Amino acid sequence: MAQVTLDRVRKTYPNGHEAVQPCTVEIPDGELVVLVGPSGCGKSTLLRMIAGLEDITEGSLSIGPDVVNHKDPADRNIAMVFQNYALYPHMTVAKNMGYGLKNRGASKAEIDQKVAEAARILNLGDYLDRRPSQLSGGQRQRVAMGRAIVRDPELFLFDEPLSNLDAKLRNQMRIEIRALQQRLGVTSVYVTHDQVEAMTMADRIIVLNGGRVEQIGTPSEIYERPASTFVAGFMGAPPMNLMQARVLNGAVQLDGTTKLTLAPPAVATDTVLVGFRPEDVRLGGDGSAVLEVAIVEELGAHRLLHGTLGGQSFSISVGKDETAQVGPQPITLPQDRVHFFHPERGTRL
Amino acid sequence: MKRAGFTTVWLPVALLLPQLLIIAIFFYWPAAWAVQSSFYLQDPFGFGSTFVGFENYTDLLQNVEYAKVARFTVIYTVLVTFFSLALALLLAVKADAVIRGAKTYRTLLMWVYAIAPPVAGFLGLMFFDQRNGPLTEMFQFFGWDFRLGADFNSTATAMVIVAVWKQIPVNFIFFLSGLQSIPKSVREAALIDNRSATGRFWDVTFPLLAPTAFFLLIINITYSLFDTFGIVDTLVRSEPGNNPVTLVYKVFVDGFRGNDLGGSSAQSVILMILVLVLTIFQFRLIERRIHYT
Repeated sequence: MAQVTLDRVRKTYPNGHEAVQPCTVEIPDGELVVLVGPSGCGKSTLLRMIAGLEDITEGSLSIGPDVVNHKDPADRNIAMVFQNYALYPHMTVAKNMGYGLKNRGASKAEIDQKVAEAARILNLGDYLDRRPSQLSGGQRQRVAMGRAIVRDPELFLFDEPLSNLDAKLRNQMRIEIRALQQRLGVTSVYVTHDQVEAMTMADRIIVLNGGRVEQIGTPSEIYERPASTFVAGFMGAPPMNLMQARVLNGAVQLDGTTKLTLAPPAVATDTVLVGFRPEDVRLGGDGSAVLEVAIVEELGAHRLLHGTLGGQSFSISVGKDETAQVGPQPITLPQDRVHFFHPERGTRL
Repeated sequence: MKRAGFTTVWLPVALLLPQLLIIAIFFYWPAAWAVQSSFYLQDPFGFGSTFVGFENYTDLLQNVEYAKVARFTVIYTVLVTFFSLALALLLAVKADAVIRGAKTYRTLLMWVYAIAPPVAGFLGLMFFDQRNGPLTEMFQFFGWDFRLGADFNSTATAMVIVAVWKQIPVNFIFFLSGLQSIPKSVREAALIDNRSATGRFWDVTFPLLAPTAFFLLIINITYSLFDTFGIVDTLVRSEPGNNPVTLVYKVFVDGFRGNDLGGSSAQSVILMILVLVLTIFQFRLIERRIHYT
């Protein structure tokens, strides 16, 4: 088990492209940290630098007390689960799991015992003599997990491990991975582009955008107090509603017709971005805000109403018991659940 | 899957006919003729032939010279196959490590493949020239009195070197594409599991190359046995005398120089059986070959 420290870690490619801007993060022992962001945001590059599969251009990376910048991947005492599992196709499940141990000079008895233990945890006991090609996607995923846990690493690295599974299996594996990680108490870094995975699995989330860390925080911090419009739009489905508004005489005037009697942020700008989470908005009200509903999306547990508010697109989420129909609907914008962002920089005000 | 079909039977027949004719005229007919004439003893001047049954075959099996050529052919095949595969694999692994230069590297190595075997033989002749061949000089520098065309071992060495040189590009291309088709993440997983590069090669890379390597093994055996005729012919300068020759070359020498068509045909039939055995072996193993998907 180990604490992982990234100190101004940066990645620049020979062609000048800066894949990861200087990034400083401390991952406490036993925590599961999720790196999340759209494709090309540098999350995989960051993970691969921690694994030692990519060189670190600048900065220092420590796993435990040691700086590991120039250590071989095999010497970092890590285990990685790849997106396509990266199992050795010519080896049996047992050999796949034991290969790393064998190369560290473990005795045959020790390997057998650890592989059997991992197989028991992951319900792979019946498949130890099969080859990866004879397994289903979910089973391969388990073998990849098994290969990681038999090594007893200080650090688990997950590179979008669930994105090749179907939705149902993905939800199940998500819970299993999280439970396993908590039971073993191994520090983990988990890369995903799926905000649901990030929210549900993480102790802490690091949101990346264009090689830059947008925000680091617990899932609720990220959700409740997004540091930027990017985070507000990326985390949460449907994303937070963001609207242009003007600050006039100590009140906020949404572009279009709707006027709000909200206390404006104490910043010297005359325009501001106002954000509301779709589930914070209530149906019904005094008619000061009217949502022009265009589409009703039925999700079973709740419904999504998509439309426009004062000419700007706006979505709200309502409970399944509330009536929802296309057309103008009065809504109530909650005064205490409002987010303000800088109109140009997009930072939280 | 969608199946397309012909409406009449004549169109497919007409389309297949040219190919079938070529196979019949250039392969089956000569083969049948060789089988037939292997049972006859031909008059050297072409005035007729006598049926001798299996005498041509029994003569061959008792012939010391034939046994010697067969033994040489086996050694030659083993050496050429081994070295052309091993060197090509080494080059491919090194080229694969530097993907950036691989394209240039590949093109340069492919050029050799475009050289016709007799031309390769001629180039070999220049390299091994008695008076100013660079390789001859190198061997002499190390104290070996190298004599191409006069000394059995010298000629044999030259034959192996030229044949290997000629075959490396083909093997290289197959090995390189084989290496490049190994998923990157599998190699990275190995990088995390094993710190030794040699260990990773033998434990992960080589087994994944095995299907390619096996295919190439068969191709190379066939090449060494049959396709090196031009190289052998140039290097021994049509004077087999004291020089090593392969079985295929002996068929040619005995049949067209020695005018022993019956004996030569018997040799051809033996070679045909050899090819047949190789082919069956190949198909059996390829069928059982593991597909890594």
